[in-house]
Amino acid sequence: MTATTIKFYQTGTHTVGNRLLDPEHRSVQADMRRTNSLNSGHRACQGCGEALGARYAIDAAMQATDNQLIAANATGCLEVFSTPYPETSWQIPWIHSLFGNTAAVATGIAAAMRVKGRSDVRVVAQGGDGGTTDIGFGCLSGMFERNDDVLYICYDNEAYMNTGVQRSSATPGAARTATTPAVGTAPGNVFGQGKNLPLIAMAHEIPYVATAIVSELRDLEAKVKRAMEIRGARYIHVFVPCPLGWGTNSWDTIHIARLAKETGVFPVFEAERDQIVSVSKIRKQLPVEDYLRPQRRFAHLFSPKPNTDAIAHIQALADRNIRRFGLVDPAADTAIAAPVATGNP
Amino acid sequence: MEKPFAITLDVGSSLANKTGTWRTYRPQYVDRLPPCNNACPAGENIQEWLFHAESGDYEQAWRALTANNPLPAVMGRVCYHPCETACNRGQLDESVGINSVERFLGDQAIKLGWKFTPPASSSGKQVLVVGAGPSGLSAAYHLARLGHQVTIQEAGPFAGGMMRFGIPKYRLPRDVLDAEVQRILDLGVVLQLNTKVENIEQSMKAGGFDAAFLAVGAHIAKRAYIPAADSARMLDAMQVLRGMEDEEKPMLGRRVVVYGGGNTALDVARTAKRLGATDAIIVYRRTREKMPAHDFEVEEALQEGIMIKWLSTIKNMSDEGTLTVEKMALDASGFPQPTGEFETLESDSLVLALGQDVDLSLLNGVPGLEIKDGVVQVGTNMMTGRAGIFAGGDMVPSERTVTVAIGHGKKAARNIDAWLRGETFAPAPKHALAEFDKLNTWYYDDAPKMVRPTLDLARRQSTFEEVVGGLDESTALFEARRCLSCGNCFECDNCYGVCPDNAVIKLGPGNRFEFNYDYCKGCGICRTECPCGAIVMVPETI
Ligand SMILES: Cc1ncc(C[n+]2csc(CCOP(=O)(O)OP(=O)(O)O)c2C)c(N)n1
Ligand code: SF4
Ligand SMILES: [Mg+2]
Repeated sequence: MTATTIKFYQTGTHTVGNRLLDPEHRSVQADMRRTNSLNSGHRACQGCGEALGARYAIDAAMQATDNQLIAANATGCLEVFSTPYPETSWQIPWIHSLFGNTAAVATGIAAAMRVKGRSDVRVVAQGGDGGTTDIGFGCLSGMFERNDDVLYICYDNEAYMNTGVQRSSATPGAARTATTPAVGTAPGNVFGQGKNLPLIAMAHEIPYVATAIVSELRDLEAKVKRAMEIRGARYIHVFVPCPLGWGTNSWDTIHIARLAKETGVFPVFEAERDQIVSVSKIRKQLPVEDYLRPQRRFAHLFSPKPNTDAIAHIQALADRNIRRFGLVDPAADTAIAAPVATGNP
Repeated sequence: MEKPFAITLDVGSSLANKTGTWRTYRPQYVDRLPPCNNACPAGENIQEWLFHAESGDYEQAWRALTANNPLPAVMGRVCYHPCETACNRGQLDESVGINSVERFLGDQAIKLGWKFTPPASSSGKQVLVVGAGPSGLSAAYHLARLGHQVTIQEAGPFAGGMMRFGIPKYRLPRDVLDAEVQRILDLGVVLQLNTKVENIEQSMKAGGFDAAFLAVGAHIAKRAYIPAADSARMLDAMQVLRGMEDEEKPMLGRRVVVYGGGNTALDVARTAKRLGATDAIIVYRRTREKMPAHDFEVEEALQEGIMIKWLSTIKNMSDEGTLTVEKMALDASGFPQPTGEFETLESDSLVLALGQDVDLSLLNGVPGLEIKDGVVQVGTNMMTGRAGIFAGGDMVPSERTVTVAIGHGKKAARNIDAWLRGETFAPAPKHALAEFDKLNTWYYDDAPKMVRPTLDLARRQSTFEEVVGGLDESTALFEARRCLSCGNCFECDNCYGVCPDNAVIKLGPGNRFEFNYDYCKGCGICRTECPCGAIVMVPETI
């Protein structure tokens, strides 16, 4: 993605806002008039990464579309915690689909808008990883293949969280879930072939595919904005830690996401058609252990004795990401270019 | 209302669901004490004035700075900046160049003619300040801003005290000092030069003063007994440095030996070099590690070609100026002990820089005073044993630096002000310290420290031009923006952005934020992601 390079302003663009930046360079979330599309009072757990990711993404989409937005939402935590009938936290037109058909419902909305001549109204479909990579996969692939004018956003918390943490095809190897308990010779989830939906989306050669992460707000917002500039099928895959399902501290949600990126576990990139056009580089590279250790779903990798094979396997996958996506810039100079002193004498 | 098929209830907002009841810990905004502020002997609110400087609002920054210290252009040159030693950024890359930004602000104020705001009303009280050094000037400034009529009586021919007679021009140009002194006098402070107070009680009575602040400094050079022939040229550091302010500069000759290991010894040696000495040699009885002089001063002196003889004492001086020097060795407890090994050193003059004593004669006959180790004892309120007479600076027990003296002046002024009103001054309670581990340093960019330019060596060895230059606008701004704002909200919007429950209310520029406890579930993400450690989680009482 393309970000404006700014002068050194204490925290650059790492923080949500920055009082020293021009207002137009600040994030949507820093704006006092942001939509708060997912309002207070929702029933997500303390520190929910999905609630955060959804507000980030939909607020950005609202700003990008001048508030002309309709969202379809698959069954899953995001739907359940936001809208227990008759209350809702959504402050935008929003429709609950089935678990597996949200891409198709969104396609229908887009078709209806076309018929009504409302090309200004844009459509977003959103769902969890289960609703996207498993049960909704057929509808989603069809939406891609037809190049329907929908932005599909997947909030990936790596399991079926809403029904009690069952494994999905996005659950990482070795992770403990309710259906992949930490017992036996190969505890936790099996290391399968993987099912990388962003790459599958790219294989459909749709106009825009991106991954994002709740710890990189500016990047996430820029991608939503970019997606909204494009017509046709678009896909954004957002990595959202789940304190309950992963066994992490509620206050560490963003920290854990950051570790996923800094270790190479979750590559953050952007693609047009089947070509990767930009990559968000690792700022301070870390070993995967740093990411795994704070999560109880990986606790069995460290006690009673370390499972070095499994850890090495996960490290190898991260290293592969780093190579494949070029996540580490060997010549990276993170220091900000400083002005040259011309003072007296 | 007619409802659609299968709908029985009106649509409601989740705002009806007060998720704040889930909370077991509640976030709270706090201000912590930044380590720089904590370390500043003059009690400057450094983080606060850097905050204004970061926005490019230099005048506001200067006003915040001078609320505590009226001499920023001087400080930005002569302060040994303990703030930078304490600065948290030092643990990240390099400390913030607080001192260079301070100097920039001070110079900017002189250039643009910024003035202090005069007091709104006058108290009708008269305060006598004895001594126009840093402590006296600082007290006079604060007292004047508090509405009191201040008269400074100074024994010498100029204001400035040690800033003029102890610090050479190449470290503090005199026009800078003069400008900052004049700005204090512009507040209505009366300065009487060449007015030595012989007896404080009499001077107070004669002038009708309600209180007095004594800050006469310490300028009687300590002498060591060194047997010397009659025509041997032996001077003390104060004579030399004070003499530099006269038309006739002191005659030191081509080989100058300075005896001592403090900053003053270095100042004398560097001055001698500039006066044309081919050799300026410092003789010091201990090692470099034990030397009380500051490292950068030793460094600068060595660059200029000053030689230093470590572990040596001077035994005597002959007519021709030959010094007998004895080698020393450190004993187990780190004290230098004589070795009985001698050598000789040729010199045209010997300057003793062995520290200074206080001239306490003005206190003769004042009842209630306590004098110990040659200095006046004062309470925590800076008052001496005699009610209404306060003292500070080098004449009371303290570390003898300009900055400490300025701090004394401020503290004394606040206590004098309270005392004049029949009250006691109660300083605001200090916030808890913002330690490094309270910060989330992920959010700060790497940024190299801006260094100030230094004069080229040739000119440093032959002229009294200022050695260290200043930052320009862009580098000063950059440097100010390196501040991490330890422990104090700088409105980065992180808490407002990272709350999954939209339970942080942004109050707009300058007004910070508020928690919406109706909906805050107490997850603590805001606390973790606050870059500067300005949020704490406290247990709910359930
Ligand atoms: C056809 C169908 N099968 C099963 C369910 C039960 N169900 C509801 S949500 C959910 C899991 C959702 O997981 P995911 O899509 O990953 O979203 P998350 O809750 O993790 O955000 C399941 C299995 C359902 N609603 N419909
Ligand atoms: S980073 Fe700023 S607030 Fe923190 S200690 Fe250094 S100067 Fe003070
Ligand atoms: Mg899920």
